[in-house]
Amino acid sequence: MRPTSGERAFGGFNALLMIGLCVVMLYPFLYVLFASLSEATSFIQHRGILLRPAGFNLGAYRAVFENPMIATGYRNTLLYVVLGTSINLFMTALGAYVLSRPNLYFKNAVMFFIVITMVFHGGLIPTYLLVNQLGMMNSMWALLIPTAINTFNMIIMRTAFQGIPVSLDESARMDGANDWTILFRIVLPLSMPVVAVMILWYAVGHWNSFFSALVYLRDREAYPLQLVLREILIANDTDSMMTDAGASDKYAIGETIKYATIIVSTLPIICLYPFLQKYFVKGVMIGAIKE
Amino acid sequence: MQQLRTIRTDWKRNWAAYVMAIPVIAYYILFHYGPMYGLQIAFKDFSLAKGIGASAWIGFDHFKDFFGGIYFGRLIRNTLLLNLYELVFGFPAAIILALLLNEIRQVVFKRFVQTISYLPHFISLVVVAGMMVDFLSRTGLVNQIIGVFGVEPIDFLKEEGWFRFLYVSSGIWQGVGWGSIIYLAAMATIDPTLYEAARMDGASRWKQTLHVTLPGIAPTIVILFILNMGNLLTVGSEKVLLLYNPLTYETADVISTYVYRKGIMEASYDFTAAVGLFNSVVSFVLIVSANSVIKRLSENKLW
Repeated sequence: MRPTSGERAFGGFNALLMIGLCVVMLYPFLYVLFASLSEATSFIQHRGILLRPAGFNLGAYRAVFENPMIATGYRNTLLYVVLGTSINLFMTALGAYVLSRPNLYFKNAVMFFIVITMVFHGGLIPTYLLVNQLGMMNSMWALLIPTAINTFNMIIMRTAFQGIPVSLDESARMDGANDWTILFRIVLPLSMPVVAVMILWYAVGHWNSFFSALVYLRDREAYPLQLVLREILIANDTDSMMTDAGASDKYAIGETIKYATIIVSTLPIICLYPFLQKYFVKGVMIGAIKE
Repeated sequence: MQQLRTIRTDWKRNWAAYVMAIPVIAYYILFHYGPMYGLQIAFKDFSLAKGIGASAWIGFDHFKDFFGGIYFGRLIRNTLLLNLYELVFGFPAAIILALLLNEIRQVVFKRFVQTISYLPHFISLVVVAGMMVDFLSRTGLVNQIIGVFGVEPIDFLKEEGWFRFLYVSSGIWQGVGWGSIIYLAAMATIDPTLYEAARMDGASRWKQTLHVTLPGIAPTIVILFILNMGNLLTVGSEKVLLLYNPLTYETADVISTYVYRKGIMEASYDFTAAVGLFNSVVSFVLIVSANSVIKRLSENKLW
């Protein structure tokens, strides 16, 4: 059937709208990128949108890389991402596996016990007191252990595990395998797509999180990158990064430093993004068809 | 006797799975039910030295203080309004984007738009808030641009009138593409013969959208709507925390940021535990009643 003229007009309008959407989504990042590469004083004099760096200078990046807080933040975040994601994956896989077994006593009771926590929770203060009581205050474990399992992720993983044929399980048992062997040698290798999705979601979560660090960490040496960023971007504290700049230059350089910091801290995700995108999307899809 | 024997064979066969369940159940008891136990301090005169169990009961005093306090109205209003605006503007935005994307026939272009629209979802809240602080400052990009049209500089983040708009619109910017995925997935499962039949009957693209696509994704919309209803009182404190300041408390301070300030910063644990409990109970009631209303209206439900 041929499109009517009205439909064609809509198609054109829609395409324009979508291009507009892309510009709105992308331009803030481009602006930040151009600004970070700009020469500080010409950037300050520049008005309005940037279509390329105003002058070209990598000084802001040098200041960022020489900043000890950023380096420590980066190291801490990497540690938290690796450790945290490993804990998440291990615990989530255990839970998902147990809940995916067809005939365990108490399985429904356990499921109920877990689902309740999705609709009712104790809240920030009791959790804070608990973490305090467990002696995890001001330690990285406060960021990693209390969030070991995301219930929603566990249910997604369980659904994936349930899709594995029971006969595989039966024949493995014939060969003398127990549940640990079945989980790690059969179920997990057969569920690599969902495992990949879980790793990505948990890892990005750890990379971007700042709230639990804000609540539980006092020691600046343990700050993750996001808390360092918060000081630089929100509290506007760039002074510590400029050791030998005069007062008048400080403001100008501070501006470009902020942008360079954004780029440096977001670069890993932006670079990996095109490769990882399909896994992210796949995760939403798996979640969507769970009911 | 018979039952004992089945339990024994079950244990023999499944012991490893039961062992696996131990850390998981322990985790839930400790970190999910533990805080529920700790909630009792909402009804106590809590002292850290005595601990949760030994502190004295004082009944509903903290609740009375909260309900009668000067901030109660403001906190409820801000929390509800921020969520309501997100529900009214943000929730349909993802559906509309999905419908518009669905109308694009060129696969490459469609995929390009999708890829770009997901991107902001992966940027941390700190960076998004940081970009907002910078772009919206007196000398920032936005003021430079509107200055061209002769508008006086506006200190967006320091004026309480702007907060809700900025909060909701930045939320849409960050989440609309990502939110649309789930609807696009739902659309992909719609039986193509339905479209053929509609075309046979002479339905235009608009009619097809109205009578095939929308009903097709209705169950997904309903479920996500219920989930959102439950969150009506749990606005994400993290972004508010990054964006607000004492100048904008009047429109920005929400229950969870208040709990953070009073509870963590000023250490009034028992009072803020009561505030948090109030918040959790209302959310729970909202989600359960939304679910039951929807259940009565249609066969869609969360549980």
